[in-house]
Amino acid sequence: MSASIHENPSTVYGVMAEFENPTDLVHAAKSAYSAGYRSLDTYTPYPLEEAAEAIGVHHNKVPLIVLIGALCGMAGGYGLQYWVSAIAYPINVGGKPFHSWPAFIPVTFECAILGAAVSAVLGMLALNGLPQPYHPVFNSPNFVRASRDRFFLCIEAADPMFRLDETRRFLEGLHPHEVTEVPH
Amino acid sequence: MSVTDDIDVQPSSRAIKPPLIGPGHDLGSVTDRIGGPVLNRNTPMFWLAVVALAAALAGMLSAAVVYLLLKGTGIWGINIPVGWGFAIVNFVWWIGIGHAGTLISAILLLFKQTWRTSINRFAEAMTIFAVMQAGLFPLIHTGRPWLAAYWLFPIPNTMNIWPQFRSPLIWDVFAVSTYFTVSFLFWGIGLIPDFATLRDQAKTLIVRRIYGMLAMGWRGSARHWNRYETAYLLLAGLATPLVLSVHSVVSLDFAVSVIPGWHTTFFPPYFVAGAIYSGFAMVLILAIPFRYLYKMQDFITLRHLQNSAKVMLATGLIVAYSYGMEVFIAWYSNNKYEWAMMMNRFSGPYRFYYWMLVLCNIIIPQALWLNKVRSTPWKLFLVAIVVNTGMWLERFVIVVTSLQRDYLPSSWGMYWYTKWDLMIFIGTMGLFTLLFFLFIRVMPSISIFEIRTLLPQAKVKE
Repeated sequence: MSASIHENPSTVYGVMAEFENPTDLVHAAKSAYSAGYRSLDTYTPYPLEEAAEAIGVHHNKVPLIVLIGALCGMAGGYGLQYWVSAIAYPINVGGKPFHSWPAFIPVTFECAILGAAVSAVLGMLALNGLPQPYHPVFNSPNFVRASRDRFFLCIEAADPMFRLDETRRFLEGLHPHEVTEVPH
Repeated sequence: MSVTDDIDVQPSSRAIKPPLIGPGHDLGSVTDRIGGPVLNRNTPMFWLAVVALAAALAGMLSAAVVYLLLKGTGIWGINIPVGWGFAIVNFVWWIGIGHAGTLISAILLLFKQTWRTSINRFAEAMTIFAVMQAGLFPLIHTGRPWLAAYWLFPIPNTMNIWPQFRSPLIWDVFAVSTYFTVSFLFWGIGLIPDFATLRDQAKTLIVRRIYGMLAMGWRGSARHWNRYETAYLLLAGLATPLVLSVHSVVSLDFAVSVIPGWHTTFFPPYFVAGAIYSGFAMVLILAIPFRYLYKMQDFITLRHLQNSAKVMLATGLIVAYSYGMEVFIAWYSNNKYEWAMMMNRFSGPYRFYYWMLVLCNIIIPQALWLNKVRSTPWKLFLVAIVVNTGMWLERFVIVVTSLQRDYLPSSWGMYWYTKWDLMIFIGTMGLFTLLFFLFIRVMPSISIFEIRTLLPQAKVKE
């Protein structure tokens, strides 16, 4: 299997280095990023802010999506109440105006929160490309420990600087526990 | 000079506090200890016993609800003038219990209270299951739940009628259903990385497949974690005003009316404090047996119990203050109906409930001032049971004493619950317990990935 990968690099997703602790991983990720690699990712059993920083991941679009969700929920909630109370079913209750906006605030607030929360979860999943039934990194032999106690750095073949042997040698110089090739 | 001294002193004085995780744990052992009860094929005997009992009670609930739907709400003790009986008392009680979960997950997260990490997962589950019980009551109280859909929600229907959005009862529908949805999302998003852990630790193919589907292909990528953390923090920020709004809106069901004893502006904060009080009591009622039965003392330490007890003590004092203010305002307003209502609570036909409520919610919980009580789990457990009894009595007193004697003595009446009321109430406790025990069997009751972040070896060394 690994012999055929050497012959044909296009069947390789990337090269994966396994580390025993977060410090080594972050150090390696920083080195790889400063060496010029850009298509790379780290895999950790818990959120590690330093690892994201090291590979140049800073901001994301989740807050924007949440803001849009909140505004849509707010407008939808208020619009619904206005339409129901003033247009579709105008009914005089205690002489209050049909468009009694102070009474509409609680439901508007709840709808804004609902829109924001749903878009936070769905937006996060969509940006992450989840649910995803298959991903090549799971082919990496020891990868089950990425959700347990090991830390992984993968330099992907999609990177223009990627050369199978060179990249492999580069990663081996960063004190990993093991370096493996990840088949597609 | 003195400033730097202070800075030097502070970390060491903090270090005296016991750690949040027992000694000798690493990333792997944490995973095994928390994931173990889920992946273990042997189901413990106590689990089977509790589930059998809880399922029997839930069966009683189903039977009672079926009979209710056949016969109508006349089988309950409600009548005019007390049209709101057990159903509303239990609804408010369960919703209140449901407040601690989101408070722990969201507000304590924003305040960077790391001790929340050991208890947030099961407190969120508790919230969801408690809100389910709560939601059941207004639904069956309508007598015709299949019609309640368009009574409660704005659903187009052939009669072209719509809900009344100026009514707090409709605000309540939106508040409670939003609260349920957001709590569920918060819980679900927290579970994704842990499902991935269970997928990777599973020994059999079928178990791996099930957790694999639930994990949705989570692989712990830095880009994913980055968005995940943002979404989680934003959810916490959104859930914080939400959790405070829910019981406020519930209290408006009462406060917007003109019934003596209900028509007060301080109901929202009073209800929110009571909700957190009873919610933390329920957290302790669940956490103390759980940590003992599953030997989770390393993760749910005495410090967690002590902190929960302190939150209970603080919110209990707010509740006590509210009771005092209720009496004071009834007197100071010089409103004879308010004062008559208060006298009715003190010495009327339901005085036993009122004084028991004072005993359970104000007097006995003062034991929490004692460090000995706060650090002895079984004593804490007893206080928590007393508090939740008291909180139920509080809602009973609020609902019943105000309705039974309002302005016109000619329309006064009494309220007594029937066996159907009791069966449904006790049945919801069974259903709640059943859902909770099913949860601890199939899902990690403590957030594994968040516990990992507390370990010293999880930190990046410079």
